[in-house]
Order: sequence, then structure tokens, then C-alpha cells
Amino acid sequence: MIGPLATIAGQTARLSLKSGGGALVGLVFFLAVITVVPFGLGPDLNLLSKIGPAILWIGALLATLLGLDRLFQDDRDDGSFDLIFLTGLPLELIVLAKAFGHWLATGLPLVVAAPVLGLLLDIAPLPLGAVTLTLLVGTPALTLIGTIGAALMVGLGRGGLLIAVTVLPFTIPVLVFGVSAAATTIIGPTPFLPPFLMLVALTLVGAVVAPIAGAAALRTSLE
Amino acid sequence: MMAISDLANPTRFLGLTNRLLPFVWAAALVGLGVGLYLSFFVAPPDYQQGETVRIMFIHVPSAWLAMFGYVLMAGAALGTLVWRHPLADVAAKSIAPVGAAFTFLALVTGSLWGKPMWGTYWVWDARLTSVLVLFLMYLGLIALWRAADDPGRASRVAAVLILVGAVNLPIIKFSVDWWNTLHQPASVLRIDGPTIDASMLGPLFVMALALTLVFAALSIMAMRNEILRRRIRTLQLTAAGGLG
Repeated sequence: MIGPLATIAGQTARLSLKSGGGALVGLVFFLAVITVVPFGLGPDLNLLSKIGPAILWIGALLATLLGLDRLFQDDRDDGSFDLIFLTGLPLELIVLAKAFGHWLATGLPLVVAAPVLGLLLDIAPLPLGAVTLTLLVGTPALTLIGTIGAALMVGLGRGGLLIAVTVLPFTIPVLVFGVSAAATTIIGPTPFLPPFLMLVALTLVGAVVAPIAGAAALRTSLE
Repeated sequence: MMAISDLANPTRFLGLTNRLLPFVWAAALVGLGVGLYLSFFVAPPDYQQGETVRIMFIHVPSAWLAMFGYVLMAGAALGTLVWRHPLADVAAKSIAPVGAAFTFLALVTGSLWGKPMWGTYWVWDARLTSVLVLFLMYLGLIALWRAADDPGRASRVAAVLILVGAVNLPIIKFSVDWWNTLHQPASVLRIDGPTIDASMLGPLFVMALALTLVFAALSIMAMRNEILRRRIRTLQLTAAGGLG
């Protein structure tokens, strides 16, 4: 069973990374957000380095949300979803595999790009490492929560911003704990672990709840 | 004895509400008249806040109705998903804009009250932020209904989203107890009873009742419009040869 699931995950990632797949556009969007913020806030590096982790997190959140409509819509449009149904694998594991593949293609590049973009914001090395670690642990949670929304709205055909707007309130706890954990390395001697472990918990809970909820939503949307 | 199941018939619902609606509006307007008179002329000024406290008589009932609207939508969502009540999704879709309007009213009146009292129009404390998130959820649901072509499919999706978002309601209610907030702690619905004096509590409840009647009247009118809208759509589809 691992074989077909790995194939689904790999296929999702590969198709997303190809031209027209939308993964690298998300990365460019992340860069665009980081570039635009200093235009709005001013180039004061002192200020940017203090709020840098929050800017990186918000950019990653927006890039993830806007890429969500690709998760199921493409498969539904070209009919491969019916084929995936026919494999007989549990739909919950299929959803988990697709979400993982999607994260590999859209979330992981953000994590890799974060240290580089953090240099643009003059974030110090320790906070830079902290924010990268929180993004590594937190972006799967964002993808998983978004998977539920994407599965719910796959049949509606207007995707895009609608999914992003509806999913956004539920990703706020992930954002809060991610920034909180990264910020402990900048402000005062507060411990890093409590908010970080909450972040880990959110991802783990998401890894259980999202496949179940997403599969149920897909069954309703595609009946 | 008419049960909820009797109202499931849209025609009967339209007939009943046709007879009831004028009375609901009449009661609402009388209640508003009495409530506003009590709020502005009978209730005493606060010993600390002076006359500004009178914003409370609009702000608090609006906030209550903002949450009440979402509770009604959650009930309607259960009606759609669990009991498949035919008018449940009509109810949810119709209540959302009314609830959103009262949420907006609560946010604006609170903001106008905050400027003279706290010195700021807004602060990102737990109560204000969670109500803003509630407003965002209302708007997201309204956008979802407007974007969907098929009302039936959209209603199931919306029902799931309403139930998931209901987690925000206890967060709003208890936010002033769980977190250190600028917003005043609970002074009416508390275990130890209200801390507001009866001379203000009375007008507050009258205004709450009156605005609830306004809420009910607007929701009923919206439901009637939605039923008629769906009938028109069915007629258009039939005329175009789409059905039967």
C-alpha cells in the first residue's frame, strides 16, 4: 500500500513543480511579498529585523493559501480523480498522500527560501534559524488545514481566493504559535519550546484530522 | 399544533410568514420606540462614563445578536446535514447577512465607544479580535453562497464550514475571562448574576428584545426572498428545457 501512496505523493509533487503546475509561482509570490513589505514599512533594517519572522510567516501563509485550489481541482478536471477512486485505497490515505506531495512542492520550497529572504530583512542568525525551523514544522499544518477547505470547495469551480478567505481564520493559531516561537529568540529570555511544541502539536493533529475530514468532504463534493 | 416539520413545506412557510410578518414588524418597532426612549431619557448616566454609556444599549444587544445569529446558523447547519430539513439551508443563507450586519454594528459602535473611553478606536485584544474573526467568517460564508451556481451543493459545504467555525463562539464569550483584555469582563451573563444596576439592566433587556425582533423580521423576509428566488430559478431551468 505504501507503493501506490508514494506514487500519488510523488506524482502530485512532480506535476505541481512542472511549468503550469503552480508550485514555483507560490515561491515567487513569497519573494514578492517580502520585497513589497519594505516599500510599505520603510527600509529601516532595525525595524525589519525585529518583525522579520512575522513577515516571513505571513508571506508563507499567503503563498500556501493561494496555492490550495490546485490541490484537487486539476485532478478533478482531467478525470484522474475517478481513477484514483478506483484504486481501492482508503480515501483518507489518498488525501494524506496528496497533501504531503503538495507540501513537498509548495511548502518545502518556502522553508528553503526563508533563510535567504530573511537575510533581505536583516534577521540575525539565531532568529533566522528559529523561524526556518518553525516554518518547517508549521507549513505542513497550513497545508493540512487548507486541504480540508480545498476538499470542501472542489466542486464549486470558483476556487482560488474563496478557498483562501474561508480557510484563513482556521490557520490563525498556526501563525500565532509560529511567530510566537520565532519571536522568543528576539524578545527577552522567554523559552522557545512551549509555543514550538504547540506548533508541532497542531501539525500532528492536522495530520490526523485533515485526511478524515478531507475524505468526507471529497465524498460529499464529488458524489 | 404546528411542528417544525410542518414548516418544511415552503408554501406553508410562505403562507404563515405572510400572516405573521406585519405583527413581528409592529412589535419590533414598538419595542425599538420604547427601548430607545428608556435608553436615552430614563436610564441614568454612568458615574464614570457619563452620557457615553448610552452606546451600550445598542452595542451590547448587537454583539449578543451577532453571536445569536451564528448559533442559529449552526442549528440550521445541523438541520441540513443531519435531518436534511428542506428549509434549513435557506435559513442559514438568509440569516448570514443579518448576523453579519449586527456584527458590523457591534464592531462600529464599540469602536466609537472605545475612542472616548479607552483613547483608541481599536485594540488587538482577545474579545475584539475574536469578534473580527467572526465577522470574517460571516463574510466568507456569504461569498461562498454567492459564488456557487448550484444552491444544493453549496449548502452542504457551507453547513460544514458553519459547524467548524462554531468553535469561535465559546472563544468570544470567554475571551474576557481567559485573557487579560481591555474590553470589560462579563457583567450580565455570569455565574454570580449581573453586576449592572437594574436601572440600566431594564432598558438593556428591552433593547435586546426589540433588536431581536428586528433580527427575526429581517431574517424571515430574507428567507421568503430566497424561496422565491429558487422558484424563479427552477422555472427558468424548466422553461429552458433543463428539467422534466
